[in-house]
Amino acid sequence: MDLILVAVISLGAIGLVSAVVLFVASKKFAVYEDPRIGKVAEVLPQANCGGCGYPGCSGFAEACVKAGSLEGKLCPVGGQPVMERVAAILGLDAVASEPKVAVVRCNGSCEHRPRMTRYDGVKLCAIANATYGGETGCTFGCLGCGDCVSACQFGAIRMNPETGLPEVDEDICTACGACVKACPRHIIELRPKGKKNRRVYVSCVNKDKGAVTRKACEVGCIGCGKCVKVCEFDAITLENNLAYIDPNKCRLCRKCEQECPQGAIIAVNFPPRKPKTEAAPTEQLATRPASGEEKQNPNE
Amino acid sequence: MKTFRIGGVHPAENKLSAGKAIQVLDLPKQAVFPLSQHIGAPAVPVVKRGDVVKVGTKIAEAGGFVSAPIYSSVSGKVSKVDTVIDASGYRKPAVYIDVEGDEWEEGIDRSQTLVCETSLSPEEIVAKIKDAGVVGMGGACFPTHVKLCPPPGAKAECVIINGVECEPYLTADHRLMLEKPDEILVGVTLLMKAAKVDKAYIGIENNKPDAISLLAEKAQAYPGIEVVPLKVKYPQGGEKQLIDAVIRRQVPAPPALPINVGAVVQNVGTVYAVYEAVMKNKPLFERIVTVTGKSLKNPSNFLTRMGTPMSQLIEAAGGMPEDTGKVIGGGPMMGKALANTEVPICKGSSGVLLMNRKEAARAEAQPCIRCAKCVSACPMGLEPFLLATLSMHKEWERVEKEDIMSCIECGSCQFTCPSHRPMLDYIRLGKTTVGGIIRARNAKK
Repeated sequence: MDLILVAVISLGAIGLVSAVVLFVASKKFAVYEDPRIGKVAEVLPQANCGGCGYPGCSGFAEACVKAGSLEGKLCPVGGQPVMERVAAILGLDAVASEPKVAVVRCNGSCEHRPRMTRYDGVKLCAIANATYGGETGCTFGCLGCGDCVSACQFGAIRMNPETGLPEVDEDICTACGACVKACPRHIIELRPKGKKNRRVYVSCVNKDKGAVTRKACEVGCIGCGKCVKVCEFDAITLENNLAYIDPNKCRLCRKCEQECPQGAIIAVNFPPRKPKTEAAPTEQLATRPASGEEKQNPNE
Repeated sequence: MKTFRIGGVHPAENKLSAGKAIQVLDLPKQAVFPLSQHIGAPAVPVVKRGDVVKVGTKIAEAGGFVSAPIYSSVSGKVSKVDTVIDASGYRKPAVYIDVEGDEWEEGIDRSQTLVCETSLSPEEIVAKIKDAGVVGMGGACFPTHVKLCPPPGAKAECVIINGVECEPYLTADHRLMLEKPDEILVGVTLLMKAAKVDKAYIGIENNKPDAISLLAEKAQAYPGIEVVPLKVKYPQGGEKQLIDAVIRRQVPAPPALPINVGAVVQNVGTVYAVYEAVMKNKPLFERIVTVTGKSLKNPSNFLTRMGTPMSQLIEAAGGMPEDTGKVIGGGPMMGKALANTEVPICKGSSGVLLMNRKEAARAEAQPCIRCAKCVSACPMGLEPFLLATLSMHKEWERVEKEDIMSCIECGSCQFTCPSHRPMLDYIRLGKTTVGGIIRARNAKK
């Protein structure tokens, strides 16, 4: 009987002392955290992808609260709706931002870009890129080992076994930029989704001279400059034998797409052209990309 | 018998062309000179389209201190300054020369007579070596004059000559030692004078007894030069391994250099180039290349002008065998598979190896069984399995702490692995990434 009593009393006493110590410690060493950080973190999607440039969602929440302005801050996963909710919590103005999407700028599929060697090393683009120029004659194009696929947390990229190229599902893509960083050849670019998801871009990053490019790939940009001449809005620049379309200047007229002798310029999500131009060889490329048909952007 | 103390493996030697005397290869129709044939800044071309050049005309100037000029190996007309796919598999700037005749620059002494005496000072010798574009011809292509200019505080105590040729198949250095022993020994005395030391060792593996006895006999006439026979073990030709084998000193981890332990290491090919540059006024524009392979009709050693396409060497050695699986530039351990055979011979091209399909096939990688064979094979005392795994998981900070930058990429780990794990692929990835991180950090400071 005594033994039980002693145990109960001594344990009770230890418990009491510990409680006092813990209470004092929690008051004395309390760290003040802005309660808004927790609230902001709650509305964030918790993908922790780092696409915003901060270490995870809580890091982004803290940065938003401390900055006092939402200028230049965007959660690529949640997009505009989430940023508006964040703005409401913080009592700030939401900064309008354009939704973006990852775009693969290589169209050198197996039929367009013949293989000359076979790579039998580790199936990682980073290693293949450091080893040599790749299985085809093009030393700039997609290596096809799928580093971008494994970098994507959202399952938005998959490898098309027929073309050997990655394809982005633009409904799932959050434009976090993980694939952009993962690609050792800098083929993937984040581009504004565009009106009605329509985009025109040069699907090539080859900087070789025209003759070399043409030999390696049927659909590579040869730097002829025809698109630059035909563009009425000065949206296209030609540098190092490679054309680039500035998405902010492009008015989606698609003249360059028709002009390109290589079919290196791609227009996505446009309705089919009127019958008289349908015979153009570029037409089939217009419907190539992942989603194919026109889709309504939920954010618009 | 001496050898290095840590790790090492012994691959089958396969020295098929060891008994074949050096043959002079025909001139190519067109010679291509990539402008980055060495470690350091690429050379800057000094010729333009249409210029007429002779054998030994300078076509590109050194692009910095750690760089080397490039000389034409042929006479003819510059057809273009463009790009070429070199051994790295990427397009690099290059000078193309269409060959016409074989007219040499007048200053070059083409006679075979041995010149032993020189009145040049050490500084003048280094200047001549620098001007002749001599780089390390063992494969790394480090400009030779840089090695002979020690950083402040370091002092050379001896010159070590690398006649090891530990790569299987290759015999270019072996043949050179047999056919040009006097020239090599004079070259060694020049290097001793340039480095201001009075002791030189020539390390040779004892699978080349003929070269050991010949050089040892001739070396008696040259004071201070000693031939050191070494036990056959790969990678004994590695700079740090050779220093350990010959003078029993270990070079600390990077950024320490061999000069920090008082050694200057030069390949025998480089020594011969130094002799020709200083005594014969002949810049570096030709070298000995081994063309070999089990299925090849006639494995040979060719004295080849730089810029010759590898396909011409393969033709001269009996043509490409039908069962060729891979064409390797260099030896089987450290060489690099080539994407095409039009790659020109450069200053560092020691061999062309044609592997048949069976040899070339990579075995399927199995899980690591923790046998630690790679750890005991690593000549740098590293843990390759750990470096590979950490690189695979992108743990760059940890992999840097595990001394990944000390790896010499000899491939002993992968060679010895019973699970055929592609460790070196991952370690190379780790090295490039960590190297980039270190450079970025230093740039910030």
